Amino acid sequence: MKKDKATIGRDPYEIEQREWKHRQSKERYKQLLTIASPIFLLLLWEVMSRTGIIDIRFFPPPSAILGTFVKMIASGAMADHIGVSLYRIFAGFLAGVIPGVVIGLLMGLYSPIRHFVQPIVMALMPIPTLALLPIIIILFGIGDLSKVVTIAGSVFFPVVINTAAGVLNIDRIYLDVANNYGAGKVQFFFKIALPGALPVMLEGIQMGQAIALLTIVAAEMMGATSGIGYLIWTSYKAFLLQEMYVGLILISFFGYLFSLMLRGLQKKLLPWR
Amino acid sequence: MRKKAKIEIRNLTKAFYKKQSSVTALDDISLSIGEGEFVCIVGPSGCGKTTLLRILAGLEQPSIGEFEIRSEQEGRPLQSMVFQERGVIPWLTVKENVAFGLKMRKMPKDVIRERTEYYLKKTGLDPFSHLYPKELSGGMKQRVSIARAFANDPEILLMDEPFAALDEQNKFILQEELLSIWSETKKTVIFITHSIDEALLLSDRILLMSAQPGKIIQQVNIDTPRPRTVEDIRKDPKLAAQFVDIWKHLQDEVQRSRKENK
Repeated sequence: MKKDKATIGRDPYEIEQREWKHRQSKERYKQLLTIASPIFLLLLWEVMSRTGIIDIRFFPPPSAILGTFVKMIASGAMADHIGVSLYRIFAGFLAGVIPGVVIGLLMGLYSPIRHFVQPIVMALMPIPTLALLPIIIILFGIGDLSKVVTIAGSVFFPVVINTAAGVLNIDRIYLDVANNYGAGKVQFFFKIALPGALPVMLEGIQMGQAIALLTIVAAEMMGATSGIGYLIWTSYKAFLLQEMYVGLILISFFGYLFSLMLRGLQKKLLPWR
Repeated sequence: MRKKAKIEIRNLTKAFYKKQSSVTALDDISLSIGEGEFVCIVGPSGCGKTTLLRILAGLEQPSIGEFEIRSEQEGRPLQSMVFQERGVIPWLTVKENVAFGLKMRKMPKDVIRERTEYYLKKTGLDPFSHLYPKELSGGMKQRVSIARAFANDPEILLMDEPFAALDEQNKFILQEELLSIWSETKKTVIFITHSIDEALLLSDRILLMSAQPGKIIQQVNIDTPRPRTVEDIRKDPKLAAQFVDIWKHLQDEVQRSRKENK
């Protein structure tokens, strides 16, 4: 085997350190790419809109949308729309996630419950909650509650399914270990079932978060007097496309933000992965 | 000069029923294991040796027959199992894994701390006590599993091919470490393996099992003085002869069951 002359007689750690630094800078480069990609998209949009490659009437440049956003904030109505939507998203998200996790855990832990509940879940899941919106509005009114219920109904399903799957997918050997070392029911739940199910469960919650945003816009478009969805809909009807884009971009921004937050939470909760 | 029986197995039979093919995994096994004895069960894969261990571990019920583990001390668990490599729980740190049995039994905090620390030190795991298993090598993981079982201070130890997934060097090191911890506690051990070398090194007695139906077909007493090392096993002509003897037996067994299942 031929040896590279330059490497003979040199400190191996120095060489490895250079290698390590190289890997580090590569990591940084990847992080940079992640941050750059949305900026790139916005820039591309800006340029194409300004140069007339895409129709400026339908696709106003982001800078103009930002200007409109600032104006809307200044007028005071904007903060209310954002606040009310965020409140509905959080309330609906929690109202869907909490029962989803509880029922999912019960399904995973107790097979009679699973066999009884599973068909119901499977049958109800394909029905879009939005299709039930008229009934939800009749039952819960046109205010916040009907939106919260709609979001909760949509978020519930991915969470319940993933939580149950998370429990069922725990490697059998850990159940044997718990049994063999005499874990009681409560200990089994907290030391084995819950932490073991957590990774898949969090995937479901991540999905639920995305669905919550999809749902809020549609729900507020159909029966609401405030909120980001309402803003999008009324702006569209009045052909105020810049205002409409403000709403759309806000939703996309919040989606991005929530994903980052959930991913951070995931890292915190799953240090062992 | 058999000592007092620690484990008594009487007419134990285990069958697995399936609509198409029912299997007798264990066929009328009777066995008595003395206090402090280190017994290895050797047999071809699928001979039911793991089933036997799982029954003793309370993870499986026998179809017929019974067994008894004599309890010496109030409050001690009857048995603890050292599982194969995957048996270390990934979401618990090394320390939490070692303390697992003690915590499950709700021992006093200072007892848990003291015993956990003792066995972490004993197995050389103390520098890693706050790491998660994903950061450990296979050998280190198995040390966790062994420390967990010994820390639990059971009446008997059950080991299910704990070193099967390790490379040769690590296996030798861990075998000798196991022997040194064992010689200190003098626990009764049932150890399952398919390695004859391993059985010769570790055991006072080797039980040979046949496959389908699972029976104990031969017992070999190993009276080579302890402490033994891997080199001793390789050099000793008597052990070499025993190796060949066991080898032949297993060979015949595998051939026979292959023919019958054709």
